[in-house]
Amino acid sequence: MDITSYFVFFSVVAVIYSISVLGLNLQWGFTGIMNIGVVGFFGVGAYAAALLTGPDYPDSLGGLGLPPVVGYFGAMLASGIVALLVGLVTIRLRHDFLAVATFGVAVCIQMLAMNLKPLTRGFDGLHSLPRPFASMAATPFLSNLYFLAMVLCIGGALLWALERMTRSPWGRVLRATREDEEASAALGKYAVSYRLQAFVLGSMLMGLSGALYGSFMGFVSPQDLLPIFTFQIFVMLIVGGSGNNFGAILGAVTIWALWTLTETVLGAFLPPELQRQASAIRVVFVGLILVLMLLYRPQGLLPERRNISSFAASRPDKA
Amino acid sequence: MMQVLVDGIVAASFITLGVVGLSMVFNILNFPSFAHGELITSGGYIALAIVALFGTVGSIAGLSFGWPLIIALMCAAVLNSLLALVLDRSIYRQMRVRNASRISLIMASFGVSLMLRNVVVMFAGQDPHFFTFTIQPALKFWGIRITANELIVVGVTIVLVLGLHLFLSRTTLGKSMRAVAENASLARVNGIDVDYVIRWTWIIGTALATVAGVMLGFTIQLHPFMGFELLLPMFAALIVGGMTSIYGALLGALLIGLAEGLTVEYLASEYRQAATFVLIILVLLFRPHGIVGEKA
Repeated sequence: MDITSYFVFFSVVAVIYSISVLGLNLQWGFTGIMNIGVVGFFGVGAYAAALLTGPDYPDSLGGLGLPPVVGYFGAMLASGIVALLVGLVTIRLRHDFLAVATFGVAVCIQMLAMNLKPLTRGFDGLHSLPRPFASMAATPFLSNLYFLAMVLCIGGALLWALERMTRSPWGRVLRATREDEEASAALGKYAVSYRLQAFVLGSMLMGLSGALYGSFMGFVSPQDLLPIFTFQIFVMLIVGGSGNNFGAILGAVTIWALWTLTETVLGAFLPPELQRQASAIRVVFVGLILVLMLLYRPQGLLPERRNISSFAASRPDKA
Repeated sequence: MMQVLVDGIVAASFITLGVVGLSMVFNILNFPSFAHGELITSGGYIALAIVALFGTVGSIAGLSFGWPLIIALMCAAVLNSLLALVLDRSIYRQMRVRNASRISLIMASFGVSLMLRNVVVMFAGQDPHFFTFTIQPALKFWGIRITANELIVVGVTIVLVLGLHLFLSRTTLGKSMRAVAENASLARVNGIDVDYVIRWTWIIGTALATVAGVMLGFTIQLHPFMGFELLLPMFAALIVGGMTSIYGALLGALLIGLAEGLTVEYLASEYRQAATFVLIILVLLFRPHGIVGEKA
């Protein structure tokens, strides 16, 4: 029972991470948009959903007590709007500028979460968020199981939609602008507009994943908005294979498994006086995986498939 | 108002020492290194370890440190540069050889940044450290309050920047560096050893970062996020200065320092990073080639 309930918890978080990784895959994997501010959009979603669904906090404006579903859609909308505003300003920038700008966005969003106390309650965070299925299920285990079923459905639907979209002519334009913006412009495709679409859609997925995370944990705080999250999402995508939706999910599950496994292993084998260092060792370990992957298998576990059209046979290794 | 100016100049000094390395790596190795902040952190902590060996930081008239710290700084600069060279040799060089994209290099530096920061946490923990617990009285000149340590920070930065200018404009190595930054393949054709230039890029950038780390340590404190928190201001300085020019970056550092000083004075110190960010966005919107840079 204990193992099963842990497995359910593990799977829910893995699916929530996968949704963020799918969002990043749309931005970076398919379109080549270097967004180093993943955690910012995740955070906007998490806080938007928390403010919409949370109980009435006496010291904050928020807590409208709306049903979780409203929170999820509100989160996507909020992240989408923030992404649109950020994108309108930055999407024309070269990769490295865009990386710095999105990094700055994430830093600012975490700073707002910490300091905009009338809205976010600062370090205390927004707590006692309603968990869907909590009243329907007899035990917490069952409610987690229902939650898992829900995120699996959401994740499955997103995967199906993304597969359709990235194989469509629209998806081909994304990859074309990634490979050669001028050539695609010569074919009459306005790259900036496509990049903006991919940026906003990807960020909406990150927002959704933040909302799901908040409603599963029942709590959001600035501690959930650390840059390490962006790093994890990137490692997941690179290990799994950027430009491949199934790779994105494989990477999310693999890295999340390694992450929890190292926690258990370090917890069991590290002498007690070093236990406080365990989380630092874990980050170094995952950083090492990233660097080794970048060096020796930059295409990831499941490389991108070079598919020209869904009507033509895919050609695995030809550009 | 004068106080804001002085505080801004002190803040700008740290950014300046950091941005030199960032700018050199950006122009010579062609990627913005997200790990440069951590070289500041590691420099400060290596010096802390050496000071711990001495057992004292000593004291020279009015300052909260003396020769032991100065010697520790020099050793730390050497060790920290070695660290940067090892990282280049084992990671970035391997990626250059494989013709990795700039995006992969950025990602790798992002990974290196997290690893370095967490290695520091492994050895020294999350809590801040101090070189010394001596409290320094602030000196007063015409109503402006500044500590002797802060005067040293500004003085050392000015001397190092002048030295850097002479190095870049008068020495063969400095000129080779500018040539490689301008056009690496043309420089190679002209017989410049690009690998040698790259090694010295890391050494000089990291040595200056070490100075920044140690000076941050004795004016404020050492903590594992100290360099990371400087990363956004450093990038801002680089962008404001137009990316391609070290001198532009130095001017950028001064502007960012002043903007930070103004925010702390008139808004709230928590929003310091936001000021930097707004400045980045404004420059990118209206002067995408920097306020001094020419069109690329």
